[in-house]
Amino acid sequence: MSALAHIFEAAGMSTIVLGSIRKQIESTAPPRGLMCDFPLGRPLGRPNDPEFQHRVLDQAFKLLAATEPVLEEFPEAIVDEGNEMLACPLPPRSNADLHPALDEIRGLRPAYDRALEQYGNRAATGRVISADEIEEAMAAFIRVTDGVPWKEAGIPGIPSRVSQDIRGFYELAALGLSDHVPDAWSGTRWFFNSTEGGRMILAARSAMRDAGEVQPIWFYMAPGDQ
Amino acid sequence: MADNDIKSLTEDMEAPVFDTVAFSSPPELSSATVAVVTSASLHHPDQDDFAPQDIGFRVLEGNRRDYRMGHWSPNFDTIGFASDINTVIPLDRLDELTSEGKIGKVSDVHLSYAGNQFDLSAVQMDSGPAGAKLLRGKGVDVVLLTPV
Repeated sequence: MSALAHIFEAAGMSTIVLGSIRKQIESTAPPRGLMCDFPLGRPLGRPNDPEFQHRVLDQAFKLLAATEPVLEEFPEAIVDEGNEMLACPLPPRSNADLHPALDEIRGLRPAYDRALEQYGNRAATGRVISADEIEEAMAAFIRVTDGVPWKEAGIPGIPSRVSQDIRGFYELAALGLSDHVPDAWSGTRWFFNSTEGGRMILAARSAMRDAGEVQPIWFYMAPGDQ
Repeated sequence: MADNDIKSLTEDMEAPVFDTVAFSSPPELSSATVAVVTSASLHHPDQDDFAPQDIGFRVLEGNRRDYRMGHWSPNFDTIGFASDINTVIPLDRLDELTSEGKIGKVSDVHLSYAGNQFDLSAVQMDSGPAGAKLLRGKGVDVVLLTPV
């Protein structure tokens, strides 16, 4: 972001960078920077909180009065300690003949559809596969956990991209099941730690790593600290 | 999995060094045209998705709200944006500031780049200046840059 700020400023526009990572905004030294200690993915801080978002913008626009490069910090931090997990009810098993992850996907579909109606498809599916293809893609990852090489398992695209669609399906379903917007990362933790689908993605990722596949193929199937 | 753990994975990534810091004086905000530039890889459904290491940008129409997240990184929260686009691209807030007379105008177009770049030379030499020229040509005075 800061590199673009330098470029846009040189073209005659005045820029303000919202930064989420302190070392990065300090080292890249944009013309005007506002360090906002908020979780990654939420540069305005709190979703569906116009008053909070306006406070961020008000402080950002005040930097336009500076007469030389400036870096300030927004006084309110939103800290994710890594322990908030979405309390989200999972559907009961409805078909004992199906793999639990596949049964789970079918059970979550109504919640996904409800949330899709309310929010639209902003970050859920469609990078590679549609919601109708999530179950088939999950079946391919399950085959990987059973020892099938990933290239022979039927994964319908680059594994990390397909994994994003699956995570997006679950996280949008979580919005459909929740009466509030989850704290940052809590939906992701719910997916990877509490659902059969998330566990399958992590297991497939481990299987690919253990099979000696090149790191970029499996690493980006989950956040980097997993 | 915690936000600070993810941040620590990326905070030491090599950043471009600029020998001089360009610094321009804006007009009064109440008469300025404001655009948003984000590195969130947003695009409209009818535009091409972003490719890995995509150095280009997408032009986002300000009168639409059907933005999709095309970012390749799994290392940020997406539920915030999924529930409220203003978490990343605060166009509704800017519209409100315009209604209050605090901002002159919200730009008709905004730009989105892909933030997960390891080599910024093409952005610095090509797509960055091209995006700047486009916005300048649209009369933009002030740019708010948002990451994910």
